[in-house]
Amino acid sequence: MVRTFMEGSKAVAEVIKLCRPNVIAAYPITPQTHISEELAQMVANGELKAEYVTVESEFAAASVVLGASATGARTYTATSSQGLLLMTEVLFSISGMRLPVVMTCANRAVSSPINIWNDQQDSISVRDAGWIQLYAEDIQEASDLQIQAFRIAEHPEVILPVMACMDGFILTHAYEPVDLIEQEEADAFLPPYQPQYYLTPKNPITFGAMLGPESYMESRCQLDRALRGSAKIIEEVAQEFKKRFGRFQGALIDTYFIEDAEIVLVAMGSVISTIKEAIDLLRAEGTKVGLLKVRCFRPFPREAINRALVGAKEVLVLDRAFSPSSGGVLTTEVRAAFQGMERAPEIKGHIVGLGGREMNIETILNIVKDRRAVGREDRFVDLKEALLS
Amino acid sequence: MIEIRIHGRGGQGIVTSGELLGFAAFSDGKYAQVYPSFGSERMGSAVTTYVRIDDHPIRIRTPIYNPDFVIIQDPTLLNTEPVLEGLKPGGVVLVNTKKSADALSLNLNSRLFTIPAAELAMEVLGRPIVNTTILGAFAAASGAISLEGIRSALEHRFPKELAEKNLKAATKGYNFIKEMKR
Repeated sequence: MVRTFMEGSKAVAEVIKLCRPNVIAAYPITPQTHISEELAQMVANGELKAEYVTVESEFAAASVVLGASATGARTYTATSSQGLLLMTEVLFSISGMRLPVVMTCANRAVSSPINIWNDQQDSISVRDAGWIQLYAEDIQEASDLQIQAFRIAEHPEVILPVMACMDGFILTHAYEPVDLIEQEEADAFLPPYQPQYYLTPKNPITFGAMLGPESYMESRCQLDRALRGSAKIIEEVAQEFKKRFGRFQGALIDTYFIEDAEIVLVAMGSVISTIKEAIDLLRAEGTKVGLLKVRCFRPFPREAINRALVGAKEVLVLDRAFSPSSGGVLTTEVRAAFQGMERAPEIKGHIVGLGGREMNIETILNIVKDRRAVGREDRFVDLKEALLS
Repeated sequence: MIEIRIHGRGGQGIVTSGELLGFAAFSDGKYAQVYPSFGSERMGSAVTTYVRIDDHPIRIRTPIYNPDFVIIQDPTLLNTEPVLEGLKPGGVVLVNTKKSADALSLNLNSRLFTIPAAELAMEVLGRPIVNTTILGAFAAASGAISLEGIRSALEHRFPKELAEKNLKAATKGYNFIKEMKR
């Protein structure tokens, strides 16, 4: 283990290098660019023995890793925002073909209006693509997620693509101390990928064949079961990582001061650590408030969320993405998790930090203070009324 | 926790300033965080970088509203941007200008240092690249980082020759403020 001080994108690229991917294909897009540049540089310098395919679009990047993964290669890509949406069609193909591709999504708002800053509308919009989705709280976790992602994706009981999400700029372009594992440690944790099925002239098979009404539905059901089943492996991999490297920032979820909490904030990504600061202030005043961090959004950890929130009276969900006319996506799913249960907390939705709108300690304190003003409809926090008229 | 806000203009290397400052604190044995303020920045537009230093891991991830220290790499920002906003009483302001602190007549509740960084940098680097000279001056003005920390940061960031030149520039800035303090 080496402690260093590094930009988030560089830390992610360093860990990807340790994972020894065979094929990388990526198209640069803000705020993902530094990750793909670092990796391209490593390949050009001969530090990383991988095929780096420069492509003309994100659609091509996703297609390249799909094809390469089908041949049994370990593959990696990274993108953001419009780039991720341009990949959408291929994302469904990758999960449908059960290919363990790993992607870093540097979360960014989606156009229009064009906006390069951070929210999570991009990855949340492809939540139905059949990928595992994990969200990092800080640079350390963002880099640790990458190697865990390969372990989870390639696990024989999973064989699914994983999207490791990190907030754009806030984590990709910030510098923080990072403990990096070393190559031998990485190799011991992540042995070479051994595909069960792969394309080879010696044994011709088909990936992504046509399935008619007689069997398509079963194939989709298998995908659903595999994704649900991956929860156990995500948990195991996080525990093994902890045992080997001493770091654990949650598996499916993580909690902070939740045991006796009457009010629980629920969120994903880099805002988590700012919420922890706000909770320390509120606790000092005697407010019984806690935090539930959703680290894994797909598979959606319904039981873990139920268990964690069982004692809470009020649950305040913070969403960085929403479905227009419906509401915050995380809020909707947390509400659904309590459907039909006898004891359910009051769940209130807050849409925050869209397109890089600041979320500071004051934002969190106000959400707690103003919670009674929120009804059934999710509240857009810190709106500038003057701009709406 | 010490909070530092760096103001400059696109092209002046304030992202690098932040990185070097953070790395210097890190190699001094502290926890550090450089929080970016990125946009569609262009050469010449006003830009900001935030740096936090602490003895404990840093969790908060927001811009800095109440800095202990403000570094202003371009003095014209004093007239156009709210660069001194939120400055803590008893804080330290460092401005890159040929003018004396009194001549700026800022009427602050804080200590104000000025440094002709472009002139000093020209003597060593042969180019008016001010950020490493200012970094040295900041170390002397604030005591928040050491010159040794700056050396580690420069050696980490630049090839040997460039690191040495920039260390000379930083040392010039450091000594300039030390002299002024005497």
